Amino acid sequence: MTAIIAPSDAPAPGRVSLARGYRFELVKQFAQWRIRVLIGLCWIGPALAVIVVSRQGTLPSDTLFGREMHATGWAGALVVLSFAGSWLFPLLTSVVAGDVFSAEDRLGTWRHLLVAVRSPRLIFVAKALASLTVLQMCLPGLAVSGIAGGLVVGSRPLTGLDGHLLSPADAAGKLLLAWVCVLAPALAFAAIGLLASVIFGRSPIGLLLPAFAGLGMQMASQVLPMPAAVRLALPSFAFLSWNGLFTSPPMLGPLLTGIAVSLVWAVAATALVYVLFMRRDFTSVASDGSVRRAIIFGILPLLGVWALSAGVVAAATGATGSGIDASKLQQSLATSFGHLYRLQGQELYHMNVTEAQLRATASCTKGGGLVAQDGPGNDWRCSVYWHLPGVNNATGAAVYQLDVNANGRYVADGDGPNEVNGYFVVHASYGDAPNPLWQFDGLVNLLSATSKG
Amino acid sequence: MRTEGIANTSCAVRARGITKSFDDVIALDEVDLDVAAGQIHGVVGPNGAGKTTMLGLLLGLAVADRGSLEILGTPVGRGHPVPDGVTGFVDGPGLYPALTARGNLVALAALRGSRARAAGIDEVLDQVGLTDVADDRVRGFSLGMRQRLGLAAALLTRPRLLVLDEPANGLDPAGKKHVHGVLTQLAADGATVVLSSHRMDDLEALCSEVTIITTGRVVFSGPLDKLADASRELDYRLLTSDQEATRLVAAGTDGVRVIDDAGTRSGREMVVVRALLPALDELVPRLVHAGIAVRELTPVISPLESAFLALTEQQSSR
Repeated sequence: MTAIIAPSDAPAPGRVSLARGYRFELVKQFAQWRIRVLIGLCWIGPALAVIVVSRQGTLPSDTLFGREMHATGWAGALVVLSFAGSWLFPLLTSVVAGDVFSAEDRLGTWRHLLVAVRSPRLIFVAKALASLTVLQMCLPGLAVSGIAGGLVVGSRPLTGLDGHLLSPADAAGKLLLAWVCVLAPALAFAAIGLLASVIFGRSPIGLLLPAFAGLGMQMASQVLPMPAAVRLALPSFAFLSWNGLFTSPPMLGPLLTGIAVSLVWAVAATALVYVLFMRRDFTSVASDGSVRRAIIFGILPLLGVWALSAGVVAAATGATGSGIDASKLQQSLATSFGHLYRLQGQELYHMNVTEAQLRATASCTKGGGLVAQDGPGNDWRCSVYWHLPGVNNATGAAVYQLDVNANGRYVADGDGPNEVNGYFVVHASYGDAPNPLWQFDGLVNLLSATSKG
Repeated sequence: MRTEGIANTSCAVRARGITKSFDDVIALDEVDLDVAAGQIHGVVGPNGAGKTTMLGLLLGLAVADRGSLEILGTPVGRGHPVPDGVTGFVDGPGLYPALTARGNLVALAALRGSRARAAGIDEVLDQVGLTDVADDRVRGFSLGMRQRLGLAAALLTRPRLLVLDEPANGLDPAGKKHVHGVLTQLAADGATVVLSSHRMDDLEALCSEVTIITTGRVVFSGPLDKLADASRELDYRLLTSDQEATRLVAAGTDGVRVIDDAGTRSGREMVVVRALLPALDELVPRLVHAGIAVRELTPVISPLESAFLALTEQQSSR
């Protein structure tokens, strides 16, 4: 038998550096078929979805910008971002970050890894960086693919959330900025995924927790009646707060608050994972986690972060109510109506009126005036008034039914008169076109002070 | 505890008064261990005896609560990591099923900063007899193949101290022979091997010294031949030309007891007697003198195993 020790001229194995540990983790990640499939889907799926959906008769009008998918490809790219924020990001973080530590428990490889690397701290950092790398390969994929699909559909101007038209270049710029903004909540969810992975070990609950957390936060923020500050203190809000980029001027308050809150969650959850990981006893073959451990070391600290963030947001912004009231809705609706009326005028009559000439105003009531005049709900009814251009002292009026979401987004559904907002399609000089006043999305700033008048 | 024949050669492992507890469970209690450099040393004991904890301490996976531990001349403990050159595995080798055998080794070599060629991946795969399946995913490997690949992974780091937990677990006879050859050669080249096993025959084939641990305490540590001394009664299986006459002769021989629960083998009835070696030496001529042909005389269990059982049972009955 030949000598089994490597030849003496071979370089002596060195101490493991972070770069080598990181590469090792990446090799393991990319060796898994589901990771490769996931990345592939992120780069291909959105483009296909945008192209296919844009050619269908029925559009996803429940999703922000969904009803504009026929009109412009930028709407399709934004629908991808909306959908990703609601569903894909929590799922992605589940599959990637939620598994990065627990995979070693499942495979029984912790001891092997510790013997090879020697430093739990280095393992932690390498794993966290590797999972972030995989996630950061998915996010640009979703963005690029969505935009590519949109460009196939057509690069035409996009109607913003206050009815003003965005040129394709403006839309592209804001879309890219929106993708950058969602990196912060994606980091927060990745940290929650890492936490679940460490707490639950090889138990599959760890893999599902970020997805459940995402779903739970959405349900909590959309269904439960809670103050805006509490809603904004959840990282999931930042998946939606990019909406504020599509108004003029942009609603930066909720956007920046959402990003800051997400970063706080990301740092807190990562610190928690680090402490738990460094305190772990690796003489046990595998950790199965436990509900008690999850509550003590996972759920309670994160609830604490939520409470603390909510307190800070409330103190800093004074947003102790729902952030939605009649005054804000009236202002938002009047602005949107003015922009869209102008657009309709151009389509129908080549009429160039300005918002200043229209001087649109709105009057909204909730529940027929029988309930408190604030908060979300589908019982908001608004009348819009505007000055008819070229006709002295003549005023037009239109009615809208508003379905207002707790996050400040609303859908305005035209309720007459027919010639203004009653028809889905208008006969423009160049052919049939969607009636911009029939149904449209709008947004109120949850953090702005109530405007009087 | 008996500690026999600790050589004055340089120690690869020197442990004194090692105690390790997990909550209320004392896994190791005042354990002393000396392993000479270049030796294959077996750690043996019943399930839950503390073997894996001991090996874990040697690999730096845990730190002793009390006592001192020196590995390759370096003190090891809290804040004092295990020195370079120590590798191995406990509770099976850690392998990544999505990677091929070669892929596992390449990744590990890269982790330690070596390129595949320089790390000698082909050589170690050949050493453990896995060249033919080098490019197969580990997912489809049997337990024995995984054990061999785990050994190959350990060899990649050019170990000075190799710590293996049940390395022969799941190996077929050919695989076991392969692994034994690799470990023997490794020791011949100057490395120290500490391995655990439940099987005394494995240890007998490989180790020059063993340490027996039971309920966290060392009950024997020293050369194998000291363990299997002749001062202990053993059970022997006797196959003769006349079993009934054999019983009578055995019963009439001083120091020999016929065991009632005599079994059968290959359809033939056997006589089992319990005796010290001198009494057995007297019995055999008496059988021959009585015209009984002795066809087979073998210990029911090996002297080592018997010694092991005696020591461990003694300890657990305390």
